Amino acid sequence: MIIGLAHYLTVAAILFTIGVLGIFVNRRNVIVILMSIELILLAVNINLVSFSVFLHDVVGQIYAMFVLTVAAAEAAVGLAILVTFFRWRGGIEVDDASVMRG
Amino acid sequence: MTFQNAAALAGPELILIISALSLLVWGAFQKSTSVLFTVASMAALVAAAVVSAMGPFGRAFSGGLIVDAGSVFGKVVIYLASAVAIPLGERWFARRNMARFEYPVLVMLAALGMGMMVSAGDLISLYVSIELQSLALYILAAFHKGDEKSAEAGLKYFVLGALSSGILLYGASLIYGFAGSTRFEVIAAAMTHGAGLGALFGLVFVIAGLAFKVSAAPFHMWTPDVYEGAPTPVVGFFAGAPKLAAMVLLARILTQSFGGAIDQWRQVLIVMALISVAVGAFAGLAQNNLKRLWAYSSIAGIGYALIGLAAGGQAGIQSMLVYMVLYVIDVTGFFACLAALSRDGKPMETMADFAGLARERPALGVAMTVFALSALGLPPMSGLWGKYYVFKAAAGAGLIPVAAIALVGSVVAAFYYLRLIKVMWLDPSPGATDAPPLEATVVTYAAALFAFPAVLGALIALDPLAQTAAAALALR
Repeated sequence: MIIGLAHYLTVAAILFTIGVLGIFVNRRNVIVILMSIELILLAVNINLVSFSVFLHDVVGQIYAMFVLTVAAAEAAVGLAILVTFFRWRGGIEVDDASVMRG
Repeated sequence: MTFQNAAALAGPELILIISALSLLVWGAFQKSTSVLFTVASMAALVAAAVVSAMGPFGRAFSGGLIVDAGSVFGKVVIYLASAVAIPLGERWFARRNMARFEYPVLVMLAALGMGMMVSAGDLISLYVSIELQSLALYILAAFHKGDEKSAEAGLKYFVLGALSSGILLYGASLIYGFAGSTRFEVIAAAMTHGAGLGALFGLVFVIAGLAFKVSAAPFHMWTPDVYEGAPTPVVGFFAGAPKLAAMVLLARILTQSFGGAIDQWRQVLIVMALISVAVGAFAGLAQNNLKRLWAYSSIAGIGYALIGLAAGGQAGIQSMLVYMVLYVIDVTGFFACLAALSRDGKPMETMADFAGLARERPALGVAMTVFALSALGLPPMSGLWGKYYVFKAAAGAGLIPVAAIALVGSVVAAFYYLRLIKVMWLDPSPGATDAPPLEATVVTYAAALFAFPAVLGALIALDPLAQTAAAALALR
């Protein structure tokens, strides 16, 4: 079997879906949400790199580099916000984020 | 294109990034903020606005940065709105003994991201600029360390914002794959006869991601919680300029790269616009907290701007630009007024807190009434003129039924605006309010005077400027 573009896109679509579901279905831990976000961004990277190879165009790989660096910055900001949240609530369960409702 | 030309085109952004980083170093050595620091950051933003207004037009960095009348229009509004947000927030935090030098720097970085958004001409610069402004805004939402709600607001904003960036990015990757390029003009060449299934799929994801950023329903669920929890002047900042930036970016990508597929994306925008207007009107009825109420009000407001965008063409984009500028000024004034008011040191946020305000502080009461009437769209306030432009464009594009449904939505929303006015003017006051601080009252009065009568004069200048900007954005 030859592994073609469609296979890569399918893997990326499955990873993307798992990432999105991880944010909405997960009711336990905010760290798991950060991991899900990371999963979404990596799914996009698979898309970009496979398109880049099949289009014979290097821009997709450059795009993937930008995504990697931005993902690192995003994780840093996310963890910093999580630390201030933890100081108030003493926990990082998703259900802790419930002072505001309505 | 020489390096000098590229640097001249990116002049306002270079001013902002250099001054933001220098101020960061200065602040790190000084370890605290000062009046000079605040003034310097405001000066950099005003200078960036002036330079972008005078600078040359063109494209730089292989089409990644587009400077045209549309981007300049956006940048001037964004940089000036950000300059106003700095003193408002600085003094507000200082009154809570929480003034820190990071605040002006973060506002400048967010403004830089927004300025890049309206200039983006490439999917890479689109993503990086959106992330720059988003990351700065997540931190600003969680900036009030003395408030539990602020941390929660920051966390919710971060999680849903990161999700929306991921969705947008997934869409961008599909567009890249199916159009074969990340540059808007090359994508346009691939889309002249409508978008294929793959590219259309990608476009819907990009629209959904940007709808999160402008809080258009059904992607609005973060808005009420974040607006309630985040510090009031920060809310005034991110309810205004970032939405204008995202709308300009949406207008650019929809017309400049997907202009050939207008019949395909128009339906998506109309559905989002109508759901936004309905959600804003009906969910707002149940709100008692004014920050939450204005979150729903802004969701409905974005619905009208989306109708303008769905009308398409130069007239549609012009109506969206006029609407958004008037909206930014209104919302800045409203949140400045909320930031000005407190009772016994506690911020006034609920309907009950505002009872009798008009008798106790007549000037602020009148200003608040003006903002409510303007958001309602009553003549002759500025909100009416924004809606007038939108409805005119919608009628021109044959979208009269859509405009009629939106009008019903604003009749429903009238209930909560009029209830606020009734509470302020007729109900007895529960106690004296504290003396309002100078900078917030100045911004409140200026915005209220703009809402009426200054808007009439301003529209004479705004109309042709928005028209040239729209012509540049609609150019394919």
